[in-house]
Amino acid sequence: MARVVVDVMLKPEILDPQGRAVQGALGRLGLTGVADVRQGKQFIITMDGDVAGERLEQLHALAAELLSNPVIENYVLRVEADA
Amino acid sequence: MSPRIGVVTFPGTLDDGDAARAVRFAGGEPVALWHGDADLKSVDAVILPGGFSYGDYLRCGAISRFAPVMTPVITAAGAGMPVLGICNGFQILCESHLLPGALTRNQSMHFICRDQRLRIENTSTAWTNGFAHGQEIVIPLKNGEGNFNADTATLDELEAEGRVIARYVDVNPNGSQRDIAGITNARGNVVGLMPHPEHAIEDLTGPSLDGLVFFSSVLNALVGA
Repeated sequence: MARVVVDVMLKPEILDPQGRAVQGALGRLGLTGVADVRQGKQFIITMDGDVAGERLEQLHALAAELLSNPVIENYVLRVEADA
Repeated sequence: MSPRIGVVTFPGTLDDGDAARAVRFAGGEPVALWHGDADLKSVDAVILPGGFSYGDYLRCGAISRFAPVMTPVITAAGAGMPVLGICNGFQILCESHLLPGALTRNQSMHFICRDQRLRIENTSTAWTNGFAHGQEIVIPLKNGEGNFNADTATLDELEAEGRVIARYVDVNPNGSQRDIAGITNARGNVVGLMPHPEHAIEDLTGPSLDGLVFFSSVLNALVGA
């Protein structure tokens, strides 16, 4: 088994109103010095067998095509063996 | 025979009924299309109506874009068939890459529902040819993720090619870049619009009758073709 973790974040230049709302809430709850909050998504995909070669390429393609929208988001994909 | 205008229903679509009714009011024949069927039933044009397809899960329109019906829609759009995406339909067109850019969370974080004034800036598309250039119209707007975003190069290209079809007037309700309410593709057959023309076709329920012109425009385009 392999665990594939895909983190998806809005690109830095795209406004993140949710992050901004969370930033406001952190301040209201007494946390000082919060310069910025960005909110993203994490996908944890558990795969049977190893992930390499063509399968890894396929995962990258789907991370770019389905899990993220390259117009507004960046993704980072990493494979963790032995889920 | 009046032109056949397909209206797609996805799981979570809300405005298919009103869109079909608007087509009928304009003089067209609405044809119900189902997301799970890769069959356009020989329609002459397609409307992707508003709603919350697939619950807006993942991103608005991200899952609908891979629905079986979208394969022939994308092919037909590429061949010049008129396609109109309203609200969630606009989001689906962007996710499908039939239109550039993306629609993100409203700047205010609030879901906005209001009668919105727009200025029509392109009257050569299949869906806007019945308007006068610069005409101001009022139709309902209702969205939570209507903030049009694209990189500067894309925005400049849209402006240079006259592909911004409608802009918000008075108030920019959702933070859209350059007050963009709707855009078209280079050919002018695919149009995405965030506000809802199908809710402004009769006095009883709408703020105006302005919305009907989008539907009569496509009939003009098809009859003239």
